[in-house]
Amino acid sequence: MNDMRPIAPEVLASENGKPFKVSRRGFLGASLGALVLGVTLPASLTRALAAAPAAITPGSRVAAFLEIRPDSTVLFRSAFIEGGQGIFTAMAQIVGEELDVDPANFVVEGAPPGPDYLLTGGGRFTGGSMSVRMSYDTMRKLGASARHMLLQAAAAKLGVPVSELSTEPGKVIHAASSRTVPYGEIADDAAALPLPAEVPLRDRANFRWIGKPFARLDARDKSTGKAKYSIDQKIDGMLYAAVQHSPRLGGEPGAMQNEGEVRGMPGVHSVHRLPGAVAVVANSWWRARRAVEALQVNWTEAASTASHPMPADFSSAAHMAKLKAASGDGVAFETEGDAVGALAGAARVVEAVYDAPYLVHGQLEPPSALARWNEDGSLELWLPNQAPEMFQADAAKFAGIAPEKVIIHSPMLGGFFGRHFLYQTANPYPQAIQLAKAVGRPIKLLWSREEEFLRDALRPMAAVRFRGGLDAKGMPVALSAVAVGEGPTGRWFGRQPDKVDSSAVEGIAGKVYAIPNRRVGQIHVDDPAIIGFWRSVGHSMNDFFYETFLDELADAGQQDPYELRHRLLAGSPRHRTLLEAVADLAGGWKRGPFVAEDGTRRARGVAMASPFGSEVATIAEVSLRDGDIAVHDVWVAIDPGSIVNPAIIEAQMNSAVALGLSSALLEEVVYVDGMPQARNYDGYQILTPDRMPRVHVRIVESGAPMGGIGEPGLPGVPPAVANALSVLAGKRIRSLPLSKLDLKEVDG
Amino acid sequence: MELTINGTKHQVDIEPDTPLLWVLRDELGMTGTKYGCGLAQCGACTVLVDGQSTRSCVTPVESVAGTEIMTIEAVADDPIGQKVVEAWVSNQVAQCGYCQSGQVMAATALLKQTPKPSDDDIAGAMVNLCRCGTYNAIAAAVRDAAQA
Ligand code: FES
Ligand code: FES
Repeated sequence: MNDMRPIAPEVLASENGKPFKVSRRGFLGASLGALVLGVTLPASLTRALAAAPAAITPGSRVAAFLEIRPDSTVLFRSAFIEGGQGIFTAMAQIVGEELDVDPANFVVEGAPPGPDYLLTGGGRFTGGSMSVRMSYDTMRKLGASARHMLLQAAAAKLGVPVSELSTEPGKVIHAASSRTVPYGEIADDAAALPLPAEVPLRDRANFRWIGKPFARLDARDKSTGKAKYSIDQKIDGMLYAAVQHSPRLGGEPGAMQNEGEVRGMPGVHSVHRLPGAVAVVANSWWRARRAVEALQVNWTEAASTASHPMPADFSSAAHMAKLKAASGDGVAFETEGDAVGALAGAARVVEAVYDAPYLVHGQLEPPSALARWNEDGSLELWLPNQAPEMFQADAAKFAGIAPEKVIIHSPMLGGFFGRHFLYQTANPYPQAIQLAKAVGRPIKLLWSREEEFLRDALRPMAAVRFRGGLDAKGMPVALSAVAVGEGPTGRWFGRQPDKVDSSAVEGIAGKVYAIPNRRVGQIHVDDPAIIGFWRSVGHSMNDFFYETFLDELADAGQQDPYELRHRLLAGSPRHRTLLEAVADLAGGWKRGPFVAEDGTRRARGVAMASPFGSEVATIAEVSLRDGDIAVHDVWVAIDPGSIVNPAIIEAQMNSAVALGLSSALLEEVVYVDGMPQARNYDGYQILTPDRMPRVHVRIVESGAPMGGIGEPGLPGVPPAVANALSVLAGKRIRSLPLSKLDLKEVDG
Repeated sequence: MELTINGTKHQVDIEPDTPLLWVLRDELGMTGTKYGCGLAQCGACTVLVDGQSTRSCVTPVESVAGTEIMTIEAVADDPIGQKVVEAWVSNQVAQCGYCQSGQVMAATALLKQTPKPSDDDIAGAMVNLCRCGTYNAIAAAVRDAAQA
């Protein structure tokens, strides 16, 4: 999700990096305080949740999160879902530090929906690089509270005052009598005690696990095929389903010419019509898929009443032309000084229009949903999701039952990058619910990669018009940017026509350079496609636009782009330090072109970004060979304020570099006649191993409020690469992906 | 049809052109092998067929009757597979992990054929996609496994 979290209006105004106002009113009013049915929950958790007082302070009740087992290992229910970002391990480090249990002795799973887990500003989602920074203090307190309860239980058992007790990992120690009590022996007694009102937290200087490169808890399971994702869930009596969607959203299935024939195919149980799709239920997914793809369906054109019908003549190229042609200055989002006046008085004005295309998420696990109607009328769902309560509420609405009758299981995610929020037509679970009802059996529905690429919620496309003014010395004195398009936050959480959706401008607005006169505005243009949140959201393209335009200003003012940034950060020590850090990491700044040891002609580009509460500086080194772009090294300096796990941060920077580079070089969803042209990875290329650069990471802990990790490494990559490439190509690059460029004449 | 998977014989009654991937996952309940694309693009479905790295999503099951099939479920029982797994764990390769069954199998196949691979050998064999971008860690882990 974007920097300014789309939860409730009262938190939307929150500023990047500043503490958020916590709203007690969640985004799921109806389910707040609702009890979770115990159909499949462990009895102890059911008891804990049932005993919930009317008003629950999220993150306070130990029993909702922690179960200390007889062997002193810990079952921890995480409010955040693991999808590769390492959150389960981070949670174990944070809670284990205060509880005094080695994080390696934690088993972590995704928590069910419930008021205890609303830790993201009064709501709950895994996204926006929010998980650790939003819950860090609360989870430390939770661990400390549990430790305090264990100490009290041990004091009662040993008949000594609490003040004589201490802990070592997994046990309480009475030094005076050399007695020890393993946590597992007193866990039940401790669980019965009231929560302490105040608990001291461990001194940072004595941290054993927080801040250390602790090994991921899931590394072995994920190296041996044991990790279970939604696609791997299996329950008794289930049938499999596959779908074929209308090629254009909004179309409905008409006649199916060969329905009888398809019914007779091996393993086929039944053929179904769904909103905007047809489905086959069979005794294996392959049979269901083969049958559904054999169905010859007459699709109707979208009714104009359909929500977001895809026009039959829609093309991404035409939509881009429309965005680029939009005139005017739009609604102002950020203003400083007098940009219009300063541009009029500037010694030189530079103008440029930038653009970036639609992208799919391309997470490797295709979406699925397993649905079971239980005899008591409850509905049980296993599905990839980044927000269990939101899915619970939506599924309840769809199924026509109360939210507390919907049991949500949130397995490990096979990648997400923003894919698994509520996107209506991009979520398979309504189909699974409907099919399970129709056939009276549990249904496991899986979308093929082709159906996924047809129905994914896209990173929106956008164009930005820049005007920059330089003074006689070549320093930028004015900058005006008008972003044209639509942001995902406005799409899914409501847009006020007179206000700018921050997810459309973040990364053009919120920049840290001291350009005295600035205006960032937005022109809203409805996007005919289904758009969604994509790793680093608006920043994924906006920092590319801004940071490459900044290089244009540097060139126009005959300044080195690194030196210009350095000068513009004179009043901002945190950012200047970070810029110097990345240059130092790269062995010093040099723009090039220069000849590397292997004889290739190379150049470097630099970019900065301020996404999700963290600060990032990036340098990329690039060469060209026969028109093909090679990125050799990417150096990333990140200042997230303070950290929990440097090894996971380094892994996330690698991951963000890979995805950022993939989008910069290769990715583009093209629509023609209202249909995406690529339906699998053969037509939509993503980064392959041979294109992966070396990644060098430096973490700077400035002590500023804790920022995010999962997304911030991405936004600097496309502009750093494009800035380097511009040097080699001898021309500015204003459009992504770079693979569209014909660089054959440019000598490598 | 009889299949030999991880040293065990299985009888399956299935259309002969069914991809091996779906026989493993849906008929035999071996879900460690993943589906990513179904089109030989991503490698998430990689298994070993007579020691060769094979994309099971495009491998008709009839074509592997009479062969030795090895899946991720048995990788740790194989001496080379075991080394690969240990290298994967010590290099902390996995992020979301979804591609990693296929990556581990591809690495195992490589080291079975080329115990001391050059960097070019590694680049030539480790071509599976990873959307989480674990490519550098994968290459490092393969090098470690070859040393072990
Ligand atoms: S699922 Fe077989 S190669 Fe992608
Ligand atoms: S680890 Fe996620 S796709 Fe490779």
